[in-house]
Amino acid sequence: MEKIGKNGKPLRHLMTPLDMSVEELEELFDLAEKIKNDPDGYAHICDRKKLATCFYEPSTRTRLSFETAMLDLGGKVIGFSDASSSSASKGESVSDTIRVISCFADICAMRHPKEGAPMVAAGRSTIPVINAGDGGHQHPTQTLTDMLTIRSLKGSLDGFTIGLCGDLKFGRTVHSLVNAMLRYPANKYVFISPEELKIPSYLRAKLIEMKVDFKEVERLEDVLPSLDLLYMTRVQRERFFNEEDYVRLKDFYVLNKKKLELAPKDMLVLHPLPRVNEISVEVDDDPRAVYFKQVQYGVYVRQALIVTLLGLV
Amino acid sequence: MLNVGKIEEGFVLDHIPAGKGMSVFYHLGLDHMDCMVAIIKNARSGRLGRKDIIKVECDIDLLNLDVLAVIDHTITVNVVKDGEILEKRTLVLPKELKGVMHCKNPRCITSIEQELPHIFYLADPEKEIYRCKYCDEKNSEKM
Ligand SMILES: [Zn+2]
Repeated sequence: MEKIGKNGKPLRHLMTPLDMSVEELEELFDLAEKIKNDPDGYAHICDRKKLATCFYEPSTRTRLSFETAMLDLGGKVIGFSDASSSSASKGESVSDTIRVISCFADICAMRHPKEGAPMVAAGRSTIPVINAGDGGHQHPTQTLTDMLTIRSLKGSLDGFTIGLCGDLKFGRTVHSLVNAMLRYPANKYVFISPEELKIPSYLRAKLIEMKVDFKEVERLEDVLPSLDLLYMTRVQRERFFNEEDYVRLKDFYVLNKKKLELAPKDMLVLHPLPRVNEISVEVDDDPRAVYFKQVQYGVYVRQALIVTLLGLV
Repeated sequence: MLNVGKIEEGFVLDHIPAGKGMSVFYHLGLDHMDCMVAIIKNARSGRLGRKDIIKVECDIDLLNLDVLAVIDHTITVNVVKDGEILEKRTLVLPKELKGVMHCKNPRCITSIEQELPHIFYLADPEKEIYRCKYCDEKNSEKM
């Protein structure tokens, strides 16, 4: 049964990128493009609306992206940025907190260190809840950001050879992006990682079952010429079993100017940020490096999401 | 051989794998019922070698049998009326289980919010895999 929100419209939340159908995603991305091309046309669409950013752990970039999105739509922002400044420090449950927040705000973006916390909130809420990251579980607006960036700069989401490089075992952004992109059947995947940090077996099993074209390699240079997209992630020292392997392999997963020469002229380099040293600063000025543009697309996609979930289109 | 008489009204759970009778007893909440219950352990069975059997004298619809298929789908359910088997029910894995399994993932919201119901969904009917509704972690609890 469809729930009705406090604004009298059907209540919808976003917990994972898969909550939206391919058609709904197309509409969302089209709307994000419209907002990008006509910011003034959307500058008052959220007048008198409030976004609550409920962040039980700090994530300044994600929070500022949500807040910028709402402010650019004419709305206002309330919230907290870590658990100690919220009533959670007094032991209030997520279910109770969201009922209170529902009385104040029109939409909520929730970040929580525990997996599933935003889903608990959604179950009790009368306003739309957006999962802004729940532990290592889901971070759907990052995936939507990645997808909008690809769609805007490449013109579509299908038919690409996508390289994913770095920590593919623990990197939730990688798993989430692959799961979302699997709905576009003509994509191929190249997973570039050290042995220890290969994709989890459930994901490999799924790719095999779906007869997806993919391969797993250890060296970035070997596959760079074949890629349309390169998604970089960080390889952390503590993920390695021994120092020897770390020293041997760490440079494999650093993108520099010399390696980028091997890549096609129209390949895009994406990164969820923050970057540490896996992409050399010398790469930043290359037109293929789009990770800072990605941040801007992150604002557009969150704007489109807020407008959509509030039922304003 | 030990003999437990036929029941007139109620149901018989047969072909329970030997040793799982008590698990069925507790998971069905039979310990909270005041009707007559007979648990037969290690009965001889051609098919399984040994099996457990539970006979219950109460209306079958008072109980939620969802959990039976999860414990073992070889269990058969015979509904008895006037001393005769009225109906044999087949077990299907429920799409969702509430309050039966418990999420063991220390990163799951259920680990800090005690009052939340533990809910699992059937993620893979073929492999009989249930996952936590909140964190998607596979159930690791032996039933
Ligand atoms: Zn869980």
